[in-house]
Amino acid sequence: MTRPSRAVVVARREVLTAFETPVGWMVLAALPAASAAFFFVLGPFFAIGQADLRGFFSNLPWLLSLVGPALTMRSWAEERRSGADELLTTWPLTTSELVVGKFLGAAVVLALALAATGGIVATVALLGDLDAGAVVGGYLGAFLLGTCALAVGEFFSALTRSQVVAWIAAVAVLVALQLVGIAAGAEALPEAVRAVLLHLSLQTHYQPMTHGVVDLGGVLWLLALTGGFLAATGLVLEARREG
Amino acid sequence: MSSRAAADSAAASAVVVRDLVKRFGSVTAVDGVSFSVAESSVTALLGPNGAGKTTLIRVLTGYLLPDSGSVRVAGVDVLADPLEARRRIGYLPENNPLPLELPVDDFLRFAAGARGLRGAAARDAVHRVVERVGLAEVWRKPIGACSKGYRQRVGLAQALLGEPELLFLDEPTNGLDPLQVVEMRKLVRELGSEHTVLLTSHVLPEVAALAERALLVHRGRLVADQDLVAAEDAEATLEGLFLDLMREEVAAS
Repeated sequence: MTRPSRAVVVARREVLTAFETPVGWMVLAALPAASAAFFFVLGPFFAIGQADLRGFFSNLPWLLSLVGPALTMRSWAEERRSGADELLTTWPLTTSELVVGKFLGAAVVLALALAATGGIVATVALLGDLDAGAVVGGYLGAFLLGTCALAVGEFFSALTRSQVVAWIAAVAVLVALQLVGIAAGAEALPEAVRAVLLHLSLQTHYQPMTHGVVDLGGVLWLLALTGGFLAATGLVLEARREG
Repeated sequence: MSSRAAADSAAASAVVVRDLVKRFGSVTAVDGVSFSVAESSVTALLGPNGAGKTTLIRVLTGYLLPDSGSVRVAGVDVLADPLEARRRIGYLPENNPLPLELPVDDFLRFAAGARGLRGAAARDAVHRVVERVGLAEVWRKPIGACSKGYRQRVGLAQALLGEPELLFLDEPTNGLDPLQVVEMRKLVRELGSEHTVLLTSHVLPEVAALAERALLVHRGRLVADQDLVAAEDAEATLEGLFLDLMREEVAAS
């Protein structure tokens, strides 16, 4: 059972905590700064001489794989290390309200960080005509992929007392979930395996969105992955009560 | 006792524990414990460190699941309906794990929200518990900047939010200075007239001063059940029980 109002209480506390500790501010500064650096300075943007955001959107999955887990690595590892989970889990809140609440709080910070990259989009828009559909699709894809990164981060946070361990494990899984797409290009592999690898890859479902093509199957896959990791987080927390 | 009579006595009891067992791997932390606690009383679980008191409290609050046995609090089965049970329990865990970076009022507002209180109702509830435990002075301070005594009161304040019938206090005076101990004991005694209080302690004089009844826990078992109201000298009675226990230990080894 998940009472939305209780999940919102937890989410609100997460958002406030993110900005009371430096994590929220750091993410809010780091995502646009790193995006801009890779896109304008290190990327071929000026060399190509086109008002094209594809470079920006293709960097985002890698950046979100680093930033997403940073927002959720704290959620359970730190509660457990400090013992605060003993209070949270004995208040009249269900496990799903806690898991979803913490996730929603992090998703709000993620949305703010993505919004903060709007300056890059605005700059490019000043230089030439932008494909609005690609921008909307790209941001939708980035948000869905980012929430997936949050869920993976929360899952590993529930498994350990160490935030650093949680972050590294989550980043590893998220990077792997993108590299499988490259592995799918290996011709030595059987066709069926390649198809599965390609479908597993986050990039497969994300890239079309950055061209303005939002495919329902892709959206559902990203949502299912997020939901799956959140459900697994709940199972880990429930299992912990066994002692 | 007939089953009817048993049901009646269970209804009048705020806590009913039956044949509770909790194991961690090969270690049996709680080993077949049964007891019940009357409404609006102060009962102490007394025992040396490592006796299983904290594990017992953690099972009672639903934080840990037992291997077998049953727990009812305020008539609610903790295993069957954990949410309803938690609504009726205020819990001060051992070592009082509070978010130190949060101001006292922000934390209590959060705790009130977790108990389903909103807007004016939440503000009033927080205000009431702040008055009740005496936190007005540190109200806006981060919890980390408060003294140990005040932190313990913050822990007590969150336990009181939502007016739970039961208060489970795990080592409520642990780590406090003598003056803070006196104040905390006064608070607990007052709360005992409005709530059913179950506390743990390894300090004999504390149990003698606070509790109407002491349950002696040793190696995960309940080894004595002592009424302290009827006892002429509560502390001496408890000391006697403890010494008997130690003698048995020595004899057994």
